[in-house]
Amino acid sequence: MTPPENAAIQETNNSEGAWQNVVADWSSDQRAFKKVPWGKAMMWIFLLSDTFIFSIFLISYMTVRMSTTAEWPHASEVFALSFGGEPIPLILIAIMTFILITSSGTMVLAVNYGYRKDRIKTVIFLLITAAFGASFVGMQAFEWTKLIVEEGVRPWSNPMGAHQFGAIFFMITGFHGTHVSIGVIFLFIVARKVWRGEYDNESLGYFTSRKGNYEHVETMGLYWHFVDLVWVFIFAFFYLW
Amino acid sequence: MSNTNSHVEGQQHPLSVYIWIWIALFVLSACSYAVDYYHFEGYLRWTLILIFMFLKAGLIIAVFMHMMWERLALVYALGIPVIAVFVFIALMVFESDYTFLTRGTFFSGGG
Repeated sequence: MTPPENAAIQETNNSEGAWQNVVADWSSDQRAFKKVPWGKAMMWIFLLSDTFIFSIFLISYMTVRMSTTAEWPHASEVFALSFGGEPIPLILIAIMTFILITSSGTMVLAVNYGYRKDRIKTVIFLLITAAFGASFVGMQAFEWTKLIVEEGVRPWSNPMGAHQFGAIFFMITGFHGTHVSIGVIFLFIVARKVWRGEYDNESLGYFTSRKGNYEHVETMGLYWHFVDLVWVFIFAFFYLW
Repeated sequence: MSNTNSHVEGQQHPLSVYIWIWIALFVLSACSYAVDYYHFEGYLRWTLILIFMFLKAGLIIAVFMHMMWERLALVYALGIPVIAVFVFIALMVFESDYTFLTRGTFFSGGG
């Protein structure tokens, strides 16, 4: 028979003792998150703290926008783009949204093929994800340039309305863009590791001295999906609201 | 919520699940863009934006980030602290309403 603790681990979430399992996990020795690789648990805790950072940015945006007596610039018109004809509202932002969603899908495929130990496909999908991420950053650079050079938007003033608009825009999209850029760099690093077979051979990590494992691809995926997740909120609150 | 086959060899799920969620995310993104494109205004606009936003966020967290297959101990550890964000939002709504009223009085020469 299995020992009592193992039996508790085997229990499923939807069994009757779901809450008892949570209590058992949290009150057990050494590990609260049973069967969750440490890298993944730490990534989740980092993402939780990052959630608070972006929440604070968006809340400060809400506070500033609700308390200003000047009219807030219409994002729909500010971010409109014309391809020779009538300006299409928010078109670049919509394309960027679809690019991030697509890259999330390719990331999920990379994680899946990683666990199937399909090295080549994992590398291919990681590189596709990185390419989408890089194109996202490129479009953001284009958007910033257009706003700064053509529209004259500055963090302290802008010709369209409430002066706080620029500060909020550069802070939130800048922080998000930084996250995407860092993600692209790490996608290349993980892709290189998969390509060299470091997860198949369990090579020791350069910084961590831990054995390589395809779980790293999933941890990488968590970060990448989080970047997409943040964009969902930025898109809704900053661009659409 | 089945937890039977996960964590032994990591999170492995059939590709079709991901593909369907992927398609759903595309449709939801198109919907939220349509809200702006067709100029919905007022409470209808804000409600639609929030619905599509929460659906998208929920699908990404639950399926793409595998949250629905994780153990409850981890789900609660990550989910419960987020309540603080909603408390903060409520606090700042009152605060900014107050600031707005004060500014209105001040800029109109009163106060």
